[in-house]
Amino acid sequence: MDVVDVSRWQFGITTVYHFIFVPLTVGLAPLVAGMQTAWVITGKDHWYRLTKFFGKLFMINFALGVATGIVQEFQFGMNWSEYSRFVGDVFGAPLAMEGLAAFFLESTFLGLWIFGWSRLPKLVHLATIWLVAIGVTASAYFIIAANSFMQHPVGARYNPETGRAELQSIAALLSNNTALAAFPHVVAGAFLTAGTFVAGIGGWWMVRHARSGDAEKLAEARSMWRPAARCGMWVIVISGIALVVTGDVQGKLMFQQQPMKMASAESLCHTATDPDFSVLTVGTHNNCDSVTHVIEVPGVLPFLAEGKFSGVTLEGVKDLQISYNEKYGPGDYRPNLFVTYWTFRAMIGWAVGSALIAVLGFWMTRRGRVPDQKWFKWLCLICIPTPFLANSAGWVFTEMGRQPWVVAPNPTGNPEIRMTVQDAVSGHSAGTVLASLIVFTLVYGVLAFAWFFLMRRYVIAGPEKPPSESETADVGKLSFAY
Amino acid sequence: MSLPEFWFLLIGILFTGYFVLEGFDFGVGILMSIVGRGDEIRKRAILNTIGPVWDGNEVWLITAGGAMFAAFPEWYASLFSGFYVALLLILLALIVRAVAIEWRGKIDDPRWRWWTDAAIAFGSWVPALAWGLAFANIVRGVRVDEHKQVLDGFLDLLNPYALLGALTTLLLFVLHGAVFIALKTGGDLRDQVERIARGIWLPTVVVVGGFGVWTQLAYGHGWTWIPLGLAVFGLVLAGVAVLRHRDGWAFTGTALTIVAALVLLFGALFPYVLPSTLDAAYGLSVDGRTVDGHATVSASSTHYTLVVMSWVAVVLTPVVLIYQGWTYWVFRKRITVEQIPPPIGLPLRARTR
Repeated sequence: MDVVDVSRWQFGITTVYHFIFVPLTVGLAPLVAGMQTAWVITGKDHWYRLTKFFGKLFMINFALGVATGIVQEFQFGMNWSEYSRFVGDVFGAPLAMEGLAAFFLESTFLGLWIFGWSRLPKLVHLATIWLVAIGVTASAYFIIAANSFMQHPVGARYNPETGRAELQSIAALLSNNTALAAFPHVVAGAFLTAGTFVAGIGGWWMVRHARSGDAEKLAEARSMWRPAARCGMWVIVISGIALVVTGDVQGKLMFQQQPMKMASAESLCHTATDPDFSVLTVGTHNNCDSVTHVIEVPGVLPFLAEGKFSGVTLEGVKDLQISYNEKYGPGDYRPNLFVTYWTFRAMIGWAVGSALIAVLGFWMTRRGRVPDQKWFKWLCLICIPTPFLANSAGWVFTEMGRQPWVVAPNPTGNPEIRMTVQDAVSGHSAGTVLASLIVFTLVYGVLAFAWFFLMRRYVIAGPEKPPSESETADVGKLSFAY
Repeated sequence: MSLPEFWFLLIGILFTGYFVLEGFDFGVGILMSIVGRGDEIRKRAILNTIGPVWDGNEVWLITAGGAMFAAFPEWYASLFSGFYVALLLILLALIVRAVAIEWRGKIDDPRWRWWTDAAIAFGSWVPALAWGLAFANIVRGVRVDEHKQVLDGFLDLLNPYALLGALTTLLLFVLHGAVFIALKTGGDLRDQVERIARGIWLPTVVVVGGFGVWTQLAYGHGWTWIPLGLAVFGLVLAGVAVLRHRDGWAFTGTALTIVAALVLLFGALFPYVLPSTLDAAYGLSVDGRTVDGHATVSASSTHYTLVVMSWVAVVLTPVVLIYQGWTYWVFRKRITVEQIPPPIGLPLRARTR
């Protein structure tokens, strides 16, 4: 393996790892804020207990999201210094803004929220968790705007004297249509993750308590877990619709801006008019000739690309490769076709897990029912990981579909603003980067294990009882201490 | 002041904020296991002095890194690819410290706490040493070649001047942490950390003074005698205040020393951001100006980027300062061991039903 390969693996592993925890943070912060708001407004104990319960899971998750995020901030300079030199003028701005506008907000106000339960007035304390929710969403926006520049560079000019991309318009950079499409898609994915998380855990506890035969627990299933689960299901429905709409917008943009990515996602080797949408293929993909399309659906692909059912000509991988060779010189401009093809399908396919919880869950809880079927309990648990897998698949598709570019040339922009991954890497020896790759993977592996252990323990432990009179009277103690 | 100079100043301020705030976080992390050895409640009281604020303190570093990327991409690229192993160690330390602080109380079991305490100690000792090592080497210069690549490896960073720098930040942060704990706690605990502060005061003065004088004589300008003097004055103030049990003044003193030390280091560095020991002409400077008759390499972004970022910084920095300051105000009360609630963590193994 050369340094490019190990650097790519390292960035891929650390980023995918970071993005296991990020969507849950981004989605769960507003849901916990919503639960606390419901408690402040209605004064009902069960909203307080749910806020505390999911708040604890949120904090366990937030810690790892922050810890893995620190690495991302410095990895550009460490492993991709030539890239950092080329685009730093443009790319650094959203990163610095993210720190100033979002990271400070979320970290400071999360500290206030965790430790402020008995020290801040109720409404001020409620405001702190809403500010955390705003902070995490804002940080997603800035980092996606930065990523979108790599997919579709806008707002920059090329300076031949320094050989660098230079920022020309911050407004153009922050209103990149790629970013405006990707941001709501990612946030909707985060809400789907958190909605499935809440619905899955809520549904599991609902059935568990309903089966216990204990009148008090049955009452809890009805008054606390059923509303929590249904709240999660509504989030799944709304974010699911948003995902379809934003995904469609994003796809149409990609067909224009990164045709190679979409052609490889469809395993479309030759330019064709109204090609069929491929659902299943057999073959290694990386050699176009070895792919056999098994199941195909007509009409879908033209709609995905341009919103029409026929009369759409789409370029194939082989033809694009020829035209890129003419434009950008000799080279292999094809992404890994196998990965792009299957991650695109995995992203959409894994969403079925959330859909199952929502559709079956609404049916099982219709008209005030509290289900006690064992299979529903297990379905709720099994579906919790599916949106995480869909998120990862979506990002792997987006990023691997951009290969071999680290800055993909904008077909309607300045073609000089482009860079291949090969040219972007730092001049380290492969061994140095491999050593850091192994260290990160081991440490992250141990932390992921501990994260899962803690989440599982705290989900099974369930929510605490609301504080009794004597405990609230004990003002001498801190309400929370590490 | 030109825009690159302004951004050099701003990044200096961000790192100064980082070291003043995380300085006591590292000190607290180091002292937690020493002062609280064998006594869980004391450990928790010490850790909780930084409970609500440590995460916000750490963001100063992330923002400083982002600001370097935005304003001086060449500096960011050369420094972080050049100081690869040192930065890797710091990152690993910050990762395990962050999760250990947050997860420590989640499981009520001595083995679990042993691991989290080890991670907090590792995560505090390593950056406390490594930051001094890194900054001393930045001021001293490394072998930067004509392609802006740093040729020095990790072992090259371990030169006497930089090792003294590492010892400087370690002792300074431990003293800073001790006076911070004294300021934030009451009772026996406060007396004990005061004794520790008294004990390490003299070695700190010697090491910080030695490092400061070496920096001044080898790399300083005329005006950097002032911050050097202020750094020593801060330590004297802290020492007198500790003897008189004036916690607020002691903390002011160590904070002043850290600020002055950063002014000295950044002042000695200016107008370079990463001097080259191979050839002065390969050194990266804030704006590519001629220094002592040598042309230098500009590390700066373009004028437009700096203008945009200046507006963002001018608008947002005061807001951040206000709400971070307010957080410190909300949690201003001293913590005593009596106030620490009983552990609420779950047992390591679930009880079998």
